[in-house]
Amino acid sequence: MRVSLAGMKAGQSGTVVEIHGGHDAADRLAALGIMPGRRIAKVSAMILRGPVTVRVGRTHVAIGFGMARRVFVEAELT
Amino acid sequence: MNVLLIGNPNVGKSVLFSRLTGLRVIASNYPGTTVGYTQGKMKMGEAAATVVDVPGAYTLEATSEAERIAVAMLETGDVVVNVIDATNLERNLYLTLQLLERRKPVVVVLNMWDDTAHRGIHIDVARLQELLKAPVVPTVAVTGEGIRQMVEAIPSAAVSDAPVRTRDERWATVGRIVSEVQRVTHRHHTWRDRLADASVHPFSGSILAALILAGSFYLVRLIGESLIRYLLDPFFQRVWTPVLERLSAALGGGGLLHDAVVGKLIDGGIDYVQSFGLLSSGLYIEFGMVLPYLLSFYLALGLLEDIGYLPRLAVLVDTAMHRMGLHGYAIIPTMLGMGCNVPGIVATRILESRKQRFIACTLISVAVPCAALQAMVVGVVGRHGARYVAIVYGSLLAVWLVTGAVLRHTVKGFAPELLIEIPPYRLPQWRAVLQKLWTRVWGFLVEAAPIILGTVLVVNIAYSLGVMRFLARLAAPVVTGVWGLPKEAVTALVVGVLRKDVAVGMLAPLSLSAKQATVASLVLAMFFPCAATFAVFWKELGVRDVLKATLIMVVAAVAAGGALNLVL
Repeated sequence: MRVSLAGMKAGQSGTVVEIHGGHDAADRLAALGIMPGRRIAKVSAMILRGPVTVRVGRTHVAIGFGMARRVFVEAELT
Repeated sequence: MNVLLIGNPNVGKSVLFSRLTGLRVIASNYPGTTVGYTQGKMKMGEAAATVVDVPGAYTLEATSEAERIAVAMLETGDVVVNVIDATNLERNLYLTLQLLERRKPVVVVLNMWDDTAHRGIHIDVARLQELLKAPVVPTVAVTGEGIRQMVEAIPSAAVSDAPVRTRDERWATVGRIVSEVQRVTHRHHTWRDRLADASVHPFSGSILAALILAGSFYLVRLIGESLIRYLLDPFFQRVWTPVLERLSAALGGGGLLHDAVVGKLIDGGIDYVQSFGLLSSGLYIEFGMVLPYLLSFYLALGLLEDIGYLPRLAVLVDTAMHRMGLHGYAIIPTMLGMGCNVPGIVATRILESRKQRFIACTLISVAVPCAALQAMVVGVVGRHGARYVAIVYGSLLAVWLVTGAVLRHTVKGFAPELLIEIPPYRLPQWRAVLQKLWTRVWGFLVEAAPIILGTVLVVNIAYSLGVMRFLARLAAPVVTGVWGLPKEAVTALVVGVLRKDVAVGMLAPLSLSAKQATVASLVLAMFFPCAATFAVFWKELGVRDVLKATLIMVVAAVAAGGALNLVL
């Protein structure tokens, strides 16, 4: 199932498939290890379109809601 | 020889730098503590080498200001010490490969080595060294373990023959290296992991934030008040007053010199708040009122920084900060600004766009009271009751929110979104916490204290020259008409340009009503940045922006002070 990071449920894992939006955002995400092909797990989401936090490898990352909506993940069913 | 410490953010470069050079630089557990570079000297055998603490970089593709600085500095280095978080090999090695491709001699330092064992991580150091063709040294910078071996390895670093790769090839290589040298044994989730996840969940995170902030506030008050009550007030009353009384008698009990040095006698005696002499109020404001709260504030802040709580707070407040054109990470400069606006404004470098930096700097200058100012507000306004202190804080919070909302819509530019690494929680090391506290308090003593004493002296001279009476007449329409203050209060406003703590102290002899003291404190906090803040704002964002911000401050102060005068 293909969803954005914003749409994923907390606790769900998957593989990053695509990142929309400019090069700038994609580069900043890649620097933290978030890029197509990477395994990713969603840890939490704040209410009111707040940031989501994810784990990639051993790194815990917080991503603003707008950016999280542009990161698409092939999520595993839990 | 020029040795550069380069590595991902928050891997311990600054701690290592302090170890190597003996210079004390501020180190914390969050990415972006170091926003400029610091240079120092270290001994390497017989020779001396220059060491540079470079701001953290994930990649040399320069996606942030810190990374642009790092890339520019790379050219100047003879040897690179690449500091790596050993518990996060995979992400860190990407930069290592880039550094090797740049044909610089590299020593790889596996820092936080002690953490790998209890996280179930085993790294084959010898094999990693073979694969990278560069010396690899495990270290624990906070205890000093491995530092000597690291220094000894520097001469053996050679220029690598690594091929230049594309981004995908690099990540693939990182993957191959990690799978070959690292073995991770399964381990149970620790309470720290659970707490780490709980603090970014909306419900448990908010409760935790409320507890932590309330606890910090309580700690600041408890330590600050206890220091004043049990140590400083007794000292000033019992030890210092007799000295001043003798000096006062020797100076003839009055006159220009007497009033400048000892201050005016109030009811025949010395009153530390009202006398306003160099050795009475000057010393008392500095050591008796400001220093205790500065100490307690920086202790609490240092603990929050080193535990690694601040990036979590950033996640919690992100949505609210967006309403002000900022994002959650702006909470870090804001918190630093509550100690002193100057480091707060410098720390806005962690924000990505100029719009965000301007908004954050302006909000810090207008509505974030520094510890010195807060201590004086508590001391002077607190005499009328805690309610009035709460009104000052509440008004500043309202000003912060409203000014932010206005700036978000009026300042041109873009507001990028939050994207930060959340560090693991770490138990603070007492030595490190106390050392940082000392660095900051010492900074206050050598930088701010002389200005405080100088300000008290200037006030006395200005009074005797009649300058203050002239200014009071000039500003009376606003001061009296809009804010409802006696025109003598203008002298405090003038002094506020130099030091806001002294300015609030000058309100004490005016016998203001509770309402007037509240309005005056709010206006003082807002109306103009203190000289040091003005200077650093200018340096960071240029003269146009600092003048714009100052105009905003004056307008906001007139409006907020006037409104409070009407409402109260």
